Amino acid sequence: MLAFSISPLGLNLAPRASVRMAAGGEQILLARFGVPAPELSVDRRGALGLGAAACAALGTSMPAFAADDPMFTLPPLPYAYDALEPHIDAATMKFHHDFHHQAYITNLNKAMAGKPKADLVSLMPGAKAAKLNNAGGGHYNHCMFWSTLGPKAGGEPSGALGDAMAKAFGSYDDFKAQFSAAAAGVFGSGWAWLAVAKDGSVKIVTTPNQDNPLMDGATEAGLIPILGIDVWEHAYYLKYQNRRPEYIAAFYNVVNWAKVGEYYATAAAGKPIAF
Amino acid sequence: MSPDGGGDIVEHAGLNAAIVSAFGTMAMLKRALSLSALEVFGSGWAWLALDRRSDKLVVQSTPNQDTPAMDASTVPLLGIDVWEHAYYLKHQSRRADYIKDWWHVVSWPEVARRYDAARAATGKAEL
Repeated sequence: MLAFSISPLGLNLAPRASVRMAAGGEQILLARFGVPAPELSVDRRGALGLGAAACAALGTSMPAFAADDPMFTLPPLPYAYDALEPHIDAATMKFHHDFHHQAYITNLNKAMAGKPKADLVSLMPGAKAAKLNNAGGGHYNHCMFWSTLGPKAGGEPSGALGDAMAKAFGSYDDFKAQFSAAAAGVFGSGWAWLAVAKDGSVKIVTTPNQDNPLMDGATEAGLIPILGIDVWEHAYYLKYQNRRPEYIAAFYNVVNWAKVGEYYATAAAGKPIAF
Repeated sequence: MSPDGGGDIVEHAGLNAAIVSAFGTMAMLKRALSLSALEVFGSGWAWLALDRRSDKLVVQSTPNQDTPAMDASTVPLLGIDVWEHAYYLKHQSRRADYIKDWWHVVSWPEVARRYDAARAATGKAEL
């Protein structure tokens, strides 16, 4: 297992000498690319003020958090970066969580600077109108994503969730066929969701970019998402390249249906999952 | 793009003049297109295009696989793909680094050819 130390200012990706390195993405990254730089968030006014030097300035790294007390912070992954191997590779988990998710949080904090503290879930309904759907949706969606995946996962949904899914889709294989088709069919960046309607039934919907069913105008009204698959290319490209269907097929091996079942109970009572 | 691409010199008087007119300098053009490319959220492209109505160069971005060619008034001359598949294996999340690298392979002679073609077509088709 590859271990990383995380300093307050960034990451130390240097592997400990005694640790066996997994072949594949992680090793390639460390050997060729070194420590990845934090994702840049663009401050347009700042960039425009830099004149002809702006292009060079775009290459500088920026701190991954606001200097003062940020409204939102990156929750740690509930498992190791390589816990979902071989289905989702450790390198993808590292970039996805530590850089992409962090970037949404950084941008959300910028957008919320000077505003009263708000719960993330409370920002969802009005997110499109408030132009918070990109950064705010990105933060919410990834919180849900990490929490519904796990190493001791896979299996099949049971209980009330299992019943609702059987009613809506038929067998678990039938569900997977429909969910996979929806996820594969997203053009560009986006998500496929299992969501709960007001009457407790479940359905599959998709959203573009970082929108989610909680947002007014994103999907039909009243849907509460309980499971999402990220089909932005950053979610699978290092291991699967353009083979999104392979990534989708592997995804089911790491879905924590027990957690999704808990979310179903909350959603069926009419409450969105709070992060 | 071209393996012999890049550079800041456009050896085409007309395109050069158009760049100066619209952006001031090549550096300013690069900044504008780089920023546009960096700011695309999700999948998409950033473009240097000719606005046929004003006969001026413009920078714009489009989502997914849309293109300025979908609007009769704009002609794409140069596009940078910022779908993650265009840069993820080498640059991962660092889109800015990919954009910086990309400028090294831009084929200005090809852009100039398209600029000429776009201006020649202007006036022949209704806008």
